[in-house]
Amino acid sequence: MHGHPLIYLDNAATSQKPQVVIDALTQFYRCDNANVHRGIHELSNRASAAFEKTRERAARFINASHSDEIIFTRGTTESINLLANAWGNQTVKAGDVILLTEMEHHSNIVPWQLLARRTGAKLAFLPVNGDEGLLDLSRLEDSLTSNVRLLAFTHISNALGTINPLVELCEKARKRGILTFVDAAQSAGHRRLDVQELGCDFLALSGHKMCAPTGIGLLYGRLELLDDMEPWQGGGDMISSVDFHESTWNKVPHKFEAGTPNIADTIALHAAMDYLDAVGRDRIAQHDSEIGAYAFEELERLGKVRLFGPRNQRAGLVSFLLHNIHAHDVVTFADRQGVALRGGHHCTQPLMKKLGVSSTSRASFYFYNTTEEVDRLIEVLRGIQKFFGE
Amino acid sequence: MFEELNDLYQQVIMDHSKKPHNFGTLAGANCCARGQNPLCGDQMQIFLKTEDNIVRDLRWEGDGCAIFKASSSMMTDSLKGKTRGEITQLFDEFHAMITTGEIAPNNHLGKLEVLSGVNRFPARVKCALLGWRAAMSALEGDHQPVSTE
Ligand SMILES: Cc1ncc(COP(=O)(O)O)c(C=O)c1O
Repeated sequence: MHGHPLIYLDNAATSQKPQVVIDALTQFYRCDNANVHRGIHELSNRASAAFEKTRERAARFINASHSDEIIFTRGTTESINLLANAWGNQTVKAGDVILLTEMEHHSNIVPWQLLARRTGAKLAFLPVNGDEGLLDLSRLEDSLTSNVRLLAFTHISNALGTINPLVELCEKARKRGILTFVDAAQSAGHRRLDVQELGCDFLALSGHKMCAPTGIGLLYGRLELLDDMEPWQGGGDMISSVDFHESTWNKVPHKFEAGTPNIADTIALHAAMDYLDAVGRDRIAQHDSEIGAYAFEELERLGKVRLFGPRNQRAGLVSFLLHNIHAHDVVTFADRQGVALRGGHHCTQPLMKKLGVSSTSRASFYFYNTTEEVDRLIEVLRGIQKFFGE
Repeated sequence: MFEELNDLYQQVIMDHSKKPHNFGTLAGANCCARGQNPLCGDQMQIFLKTEDNIVRDLRWEGDGCAIFKASSSMMTDSLKGKTRGEITQLFDEFHAMITTGEIAPNNHLGKLEVLSGVNRFPARVKCALLGWRAAMSALEGDHQPVSTE
């Protein structure tokens, strides 16, 4: 990259893809390509079987009790939009509250704003305690009022590296009969997830952040909840029978998957999940926590830097600002040395406003990143400080 | 370490970005506009005082990267005293230079030419144009905030 070896530190945006995933894609297109759920012929049977096998694999990946609890979507964003429509439209009424946190990605804010506009519901936000980036849990009990219908929050913040106390949040909500949605976009490929143990009602993830291709993700929902939800998109596959004026719906999960799905990428998601479990998600979590802590400490030692997110128990990403140097300039300079960072608001503008910044630079790691790469990042940042006379 | 960036971040540009000219608000302004770059959060406000079709004075405020600040600062220097027609022409010349690197003969760019290196950094073109877009919008009396998206 610009004459330097690439150091890819933008994994929170999207991960790199292993060869087995690329192979799964080409294998499907070369040998097994057909539409699913509609053919009688052998090729279609093969594609359908591989597609549905991924559903089973995904259920095992997050320990859902039934593969019907897995709805394939384009990713976390589409999953949340599905939920806000299919669950929200029929459940949420004027005066109801959707409780979010101040560190949510736009994708876990805007669909709820649209729902609020349709229904007259309101949004409320659990506060973040400033640069340290922790949720103010002392406010949790008071925030879980009787008109809260859903607590929707991110497991790991893509802007701060905070790991939220998922079990505690879900448990407190459940005790009051409030449903929970977990945005696992940043966590699913980084640590073990067990939806039964966590006790969440819904959960979403994006394949592309966990070694799979773009355009595939999923929504998990407890079966009894999904059964009661109305479809959100109409079309082929989601119906059981269609008349000119009336239709009846297919069963869950097909009720929520209108039209030809993203077959090839779904099958490649299977390969990605196998790959991640071969590497070991516990090992990935351990590596994340070590490299995240190392980067945090090294940035602190570099000096003249404002760091975001907690010091301890952080995910494998660090958000920072060099004093008097804008995040964009940092990213342009680092890029010229082959270091790929992200600069901007990370789709968390409300959080940025709260912290009083317009953007930060972010280095986000995956299992293939090394502490040597962090050292190189620090060296490059030192060079940038020198260039800017800081 | 960063030789190839010396061209983009020349001393003049660094100076403008650290001490932007015409920074602040302007009492008695009769045109103003806001601009933002939604991708990175850069945002600004510009205030102009026009009289007989001529920009008599202007100020700007905002926060963003060095390229954005330097470009906005230098722009305000170069717009002062110009007519609307002259400004439109200058904007066209500047836009062409920033996006394609082309610099027309007999142009009016003057000092603005130090920003010509921006065209080789496609991700930064928006930064250099944000101030200009806000200024053009203020002159056109368009009160929607301008956005680089
Ligand atoms: C915390 C979080 N939630 C949601 C998303 C949205 O994911 P996608 O763009 O894959 O739908 C992201 C991705 O940037 C994220 O980091």
